[in-house]
Amino acid sequence: MLEIKNLHARIAEDGTEILRGIDLVVKPGEVHAIMGPNGSGKSTLSYILAGKDDYEVTEGDIVYNGQSLLELAPDERAAAGVFLAFQYPIEIPGVATMTFLKTALNAQRKARGEEELSTPEFMKRVKDKAGELQITMDMLKRPLNVGFSGGEKKRAEILQMALLQPSLCVLDETDSGLDIDALKVVSDGVNRLRGPDRSFVVITHYQRLLDHIVPDVVHVLSKGRIVKTGGPELALELEKNGYADFVDAAA
Amino acid sequence: MPAVQETIDRVRSIDVDQYKYGFITDIESDKAPKGLNEDIIRFISAKKEEPEWMLEWRLEAYRRWLTMTEPTWARVEYPKIDFNDIYYYSAPKSAPGPKSLDEVDPELLATYEKLGIPLREQEILAGVEPKNRVAVDAVFDSVSVVTTFKEELKKAGVIFCSISEALREHPELVKKYLGSVVPVTDNFYATLNSAVFTDGSFVYVPEGVRCPMELSTYFRINEKNTGQFERTLIIAEKGAYVSYLEGCTAPQRDENQLHAAVVELIALDDAEIKYSTVQNWFPGDKEGKGGIYNFVTKRGDCRGKNSKISWTQVETGSAITWKYPSCILRGDNSRGEFYSIAVSNGYQQIDSGTKMIHLGKNTSSRIISKGISAGKSQNTYRGLVSAHRKASNARNFTQCDSLLIGQDCGAHTVPYIESKNATAVFEHEATTSKISDDQMFYCQQRGLSDEEAVALIVNGFVKDVIQQLPMEFAVEAQKLISISLEGSVG
Repeated sequence: MLEIKNLHARIAEDGTEILRGIDLVVKPGEVHAIMGPNGSGKSTLSYILAGKDDYEVTEGDIVYNGQSLLELAPDERAAAGVFLAFQYPIEIPGVATMTFLKTALNAQRKARGEEELSTPEFMKRVKDKAGELQITMDMLKRPLNVGFSGGEKKRAEILQMALLQPSLCVLDETDSGLDIDALKVVSDGVNRLRGPDRSFVVITHYQRLLDHIVPDVVHVLSKGRIVKTGGPELALELEKNGYADFVDAAA
Repeated sequence: MPAVQETIDRVRSIDVDQYKYGFITDIESDKAPKGLNEDIIRFISAKKEEPEWMLEWRLEAYRRWLTMTEPTWARVEYPKIDFNDIYYYSAPKSAPGPKSLDEVDPELLATYEKLGIPLREQEILAGVEPKNRVAVDAVFDSVSVVTTFKEELKKAGVIFCSISEALREHPELVKKYLGSVVPVTDNFYATLNSAVFTDGSFVYVPEGVRCPMELSTYFRINEKNTGQFERTLIIAEKGAYVSYLEGCTAPQRDENQLHAAVVELIALDDAEIKYSTVQNWFPGDKEGKGGIYNFVTKRGDCRGKNSKISWTQVETGSAITWKYPSCILRGDNSRGEFYSIAVSNGYQQIDSGTKMIHLGKNTSSRIISKGISAGKSQNTYRGLVSAHRKASNARNFTQCDSLLIGQDCGAHTVPYIESKNATAVFEHEATTSKISDDQMFYCQQRGLSDEEAVALIVNGFVKDVIQQLPMEFAVEAQKLISISLEGSVG
């Protein structure tokens, strides 16, 4: 279970305050959507969950399965089951996607005290998951994210998520840069991973992603605070009326 | 990639100060007195039972050397070397001419075992496919101890032995080719080497023969204050092919040790020589104390038509590296290649590159250089590509990429391009990049530690060159690079 308590955070370099007291509880098996206008702090929240050191937590805590995430390095959080699907996946030149997948999977297994996967077993898992996401073997031989189209990048993110089997998935604007067909493939990939032991925090601008990945709870973030929480119908309301009402309410 | 994982394990198991190969083998050695004069050269020559002409050759080089001064144009700094404070000859006492492995000092074999050299023939035979077999000519300080696979090579007509043995058994070949690529007068260190070289490898591949296995030499510098002056000579006759691997390690020493080798390659018509090096000599400790001074002259002569020489090097060691494996493209349609990975960390200084000298018609060359600097190191690529008047249609492609890790290191690229023929086409591309925080964070988010992330990103950066290495070296090279960069982040 993820529990965010009164979280305040600022940009480490210039001290700009971004998050101003976020409270959020995500239970196992739940899908929470976080919506909000540009600059409301959505992406910052995702980076802070994953442990990027560009930000400084000044107050509050993030407790995951009884442990404070703030004490853990990014790779330790990953091994503990936290996965961030990046809005802009990073290019790693010269490193084949397949190599990256295997290195990441085995690093996590090792951190958890598990055996490394044998190559045949690994290949089998990759092939199964890749097929579902319409990722070809040819694409897996290319360097990770280098020259990938927007859709390929997002599908590669979901493939990593499917392989690493995290218990907390944070999706940062996974729908950005996707056409309708790609959106469907990616959403189906996410939906296949839904289960009683896995929680999702889905960050998005738009309702359309939530047509495919139907959330249990929707939050509206504005100026670093959650200003409204509701069911899936809240997203529809936002789609119709925009964020203006909430932004004003927060001000 | 299990190799990376294994590397990380190995990195964890050692400290920066505990250089992996920093053990000292306790074997009595047979040494000449310290210092350099004509008597020392006579001593070396006599110990080696060399022919009279060889002694004269050495003495001539020595007299020439006395008139020369150390080159200072490289971007490296070090205290002045006292050439009279060095032992120029050191041989393990039990060594002279063992007939088989059984006669070799078990301590020596244990040393090689620690280095992971497949010295024992039966082990190689048991473990590796025939086509991947490697013949090892192991050089322990100055004397070649054991040469394996000699019999099989002999059947193919290939001569692979120490240069001392070649001087006794095949003096006509040595006399014909020695110094024909790197003249005695070439440069300060090559001239010094010509005077005092103690051992090295000799390879002769006769006309039309494809050498049936990879040939390999592991160099070790073991004795305290011993200069290592290797001399290697490889000749590929018409239509011959040979791939040669050179690996180097030295135990940890406080004093700087001097290494000044000369390697000469000669490829006649339609011949091909592939020369690969993995060099991981002691780079000095965290404060930059100790480490090997490596001043090496390596040059290949594409003497015949359609000949090809390819240098591949992975340099992770030595406090100072001064090394420019070059190709003289003399024969028409000949081709030269240089693939290099130079990794510097701590206080290491590297000034390395290549020279591609186009003399014949339709000659082509390719240079791929990957420099990685970390710590407080300085890493310079220095290269020359030249086309002479008759070198019509000369082609060169050069790519120099530098990767910086951290704030205190430097990467420098100094390309020289000289063309005296209007039909020559030379291309030069260069990039400098840093491992970005975003790349690090992305890898860490997927579960990789700092060290694993750097290793992965660096392995991606050097992939083009690693692919050029023979398989058994490629994995080793990746591990070495990771070990060398240990502690470079955070």
